[in-house]
Amino acid sequence: MSANLTYVIVVGVLVAAGVTLLLERSLTRVLMGVILLGNGANLLLLTGGRAGGAPIVGTTDPEQMSDPLPQAMILTAIVITLGMTAFLLALAYRSWHLNGHDEVQDDVEDRRIMDLAIRDEGPGTADIEGGTGDGDDDESASDARPVANVVEAGRAG
Amino acid sequence: MTYLVPLPVVMPLLGAALTLLLLGRPHAQRWVSLTVLTATVAVSAALLVQSSLHGPLVVEVGGWVAPLGIVLVADQLAALMLVVSAAVTLCVLVYSIGQGMADGHEETPLSVYHPTYLVLTAGVCNAFLSGDLFNLYVGFEILLVASYVLLTLGSTENRIRAGTTYVVVSLLSSVIFLIAIGLVYASTGTLNLAQLVERLDTLPDDLRLVLQGMLLLAFGIKAAVFPLSAWLPDSYPTAPAPVTAVFAGLLTKVGVYAIIRTETLLFPGGRTATLLLVTAVLTMVVGILGAVAQSDIKRLLSFTLISHIGYMLFGVGLTSSLGLSAAIFYVVHHITIQTTLFLAAGLVERRGGSTALDRLGGLARLSPLLAVLFFVPALNLAGIPPFSGFLGKLGLIQAGVDDGGVLAWILVAGGLITSLLTLYAIARVWNLAFWRTPHADMPADDDAEQAARTEGAVEPDRGGGGQPGAVLPKLMIAPTLALVVLGLVLTVVAGPLFDLSTDAADDLLRRTPYVDAVFPGGAP
Repeated sequence: MSANLTYVIVVGVLVAAGVTLLLERSLTRVLMGVILLGNGANLLLLTGGRAGGAPIVGTTDPEQMSDPLPQAMILTAIVITLGMTAFLLALAYRSWHLNGHDEVQDDVEDRRIMDLAIRDEGPGTADIEGGTGDGDDDESASDARPVANVVEAGRAG
Repeated sequence: MTYLVPLPVVMPLLGAALTLLLLGRPHAQRWVSLTVLTATVAVSAALLVQSSLHGPLVVEVGGWVAPLGIVLVADQLAALMLVVSAAVTLCVLVYSIGQGMADGHEETPLSVYHPTYLVLTAGVCNAFLSGDLFNLYVGFEILLVASYVLLTLGSTENRIRAGTTYVVVSLLSSVIFLIAIGLVYASTGTLNLAQLVERLDTLPDDLRLVLQGMLLLAFGIKAAVFPLSAWLPDSYPTAPAPVTAVFAGLLTKVGVYAIIRTETLLFPGGRTATLLLVTAVLTMVVGILGAVAQSDIKRLLSFTLISHIGYMLFGVGLTSSLGLSAAIFYVVHHITIQTTLFLAAGLVERRGGSTALDRLGGLARLSPLLAVLFFVPALNLAGIPPFSGFLGKLGLIQAGVDDGGVLAWILVAGGLITSLLTLYAIARVWNLAFWRTPHADMPADDDAEQAARTEGAVEPDRGGGGQPGAVLPKLMIAPTLALVVLGLVLTVVAGPLFDLSTDAADDLLRRTPYVDAVFPGGAP
């Protein structure tokens, strides 16, 4: 069985666009990405079955029928995607209600570690600094700043 | 007896519908949920007995013959998983009812809780029983959607934040799974697991490897295997205690079950064995190092959860009968123990007002019963003899030594180190939360009256927390105690249980019992 090239290219474009949107910070864009990804996956399912006439006994010759199973699976997948879209929209709305934006926020742990990096208090450095004396403190503090800024910049971008 | 097979899926779904109809009547809802889950435990136990006596039970849903319709298959592995998960969900339900009653329904909107919880159970059971790849996907979706709702219950700021990550990551894994299904169907023309056994064997090796990799990736995210596990410790601890407990016990294990099923039934031969073993050791070691660094009991337990998923992968990756049976044994043990520990952490939160280790202290003297409830499963998790955790790890290490490869020895070493570090992490919790001098504002159990006066002295750390010194409701202690006892029973019946898991592993490795049960007259 050979797959239809047009389908394959469309699937590729949908998935690529979906992944790009998934990498965004705003939940609404992430949602768009999920929808595109889902559509790409659905189309891929469709590509897997044989194309042809309506799969109804009596209207089409059995040899000419399209494969109904992928279509049934896609219907199920579409229903699931619909439910998830509604749920994600509700999440985004609630997040906007609470925070005034719908951006996906940092992990608690990430934020704590970033705070520590900014204050130059990486976990465990207290012991090391106790041993090395005060001389190094200023130096390492000035080192930590740019690192923290790079981290921030990376996140913002 | 095949009429029993669909019941673990159908009963919770009907129960969910019924509890939805009873929205305004929490009392009736409670009884419906309790009845349904008790019946599910009974049916699962019957299925386990039947499947171990007479081989796998198969039901063709709607009466459609096997490759055309969907089949539900209850073999020993599925039945064993069903029994443990049904027992655990029942205990957690009782616990959550106890918590809801004590809270006066403020924190959790219980009217939504019961239907969602039952739907979650139905999804878990469906995933275990499914004999069809697409139905497995549907089972996953059912349990995931229910878990989204449960995780964001009450939609407080913290839960929305954690829920967003959880939902998006889960959606991504679902899409990957769906794409894998599309590829499998396109290359073989079927999704029936038993039929796939033959058809996949005829495919070129490279194509099979792609399909296997896609499925592993999807299940790896769900099972929280190391490079794909970052979502778990951030999202689980924010949920209410019983929800975290049931998630920790069941959801990741459904992923592990799916890995075991596909690796043994669809893709035998161990082409990804090396990959599995490497991720196993990374999951174990990185996970437990995360746990050691935590200062909050719930987060710490979440990291031990990730870490111990590594043990199960270890057994699967060895592809030997002993390794697989030890992995199955370990799954059963870990579902019980991890749930118990999270329930105990919920009790700690209620008793001490927080799960942050720097705010707790002296609980062993103040509340000896709570200390026992935490101590026994904690030692069990760390693998202290004679508990079931020790026996499971012993089986895995024995299988690793039998294997004899360099990688297997590295895993044996990794397993031992992880076990030691688990003990260290658990001992830290014990020292800080249970053994330190109690804070002045924390009354002992005898002076429970005093609780009223100190109320509000310390703010609860996260939603769902009680006031420090609150009296522990009996309905919350009883199910935790029941699970602790279940963990001890696993130790006592470890011999027969290990025989059972060895039987299940042998059936999995032979593959024919499963295929013959679905297609008694030979595969079409």
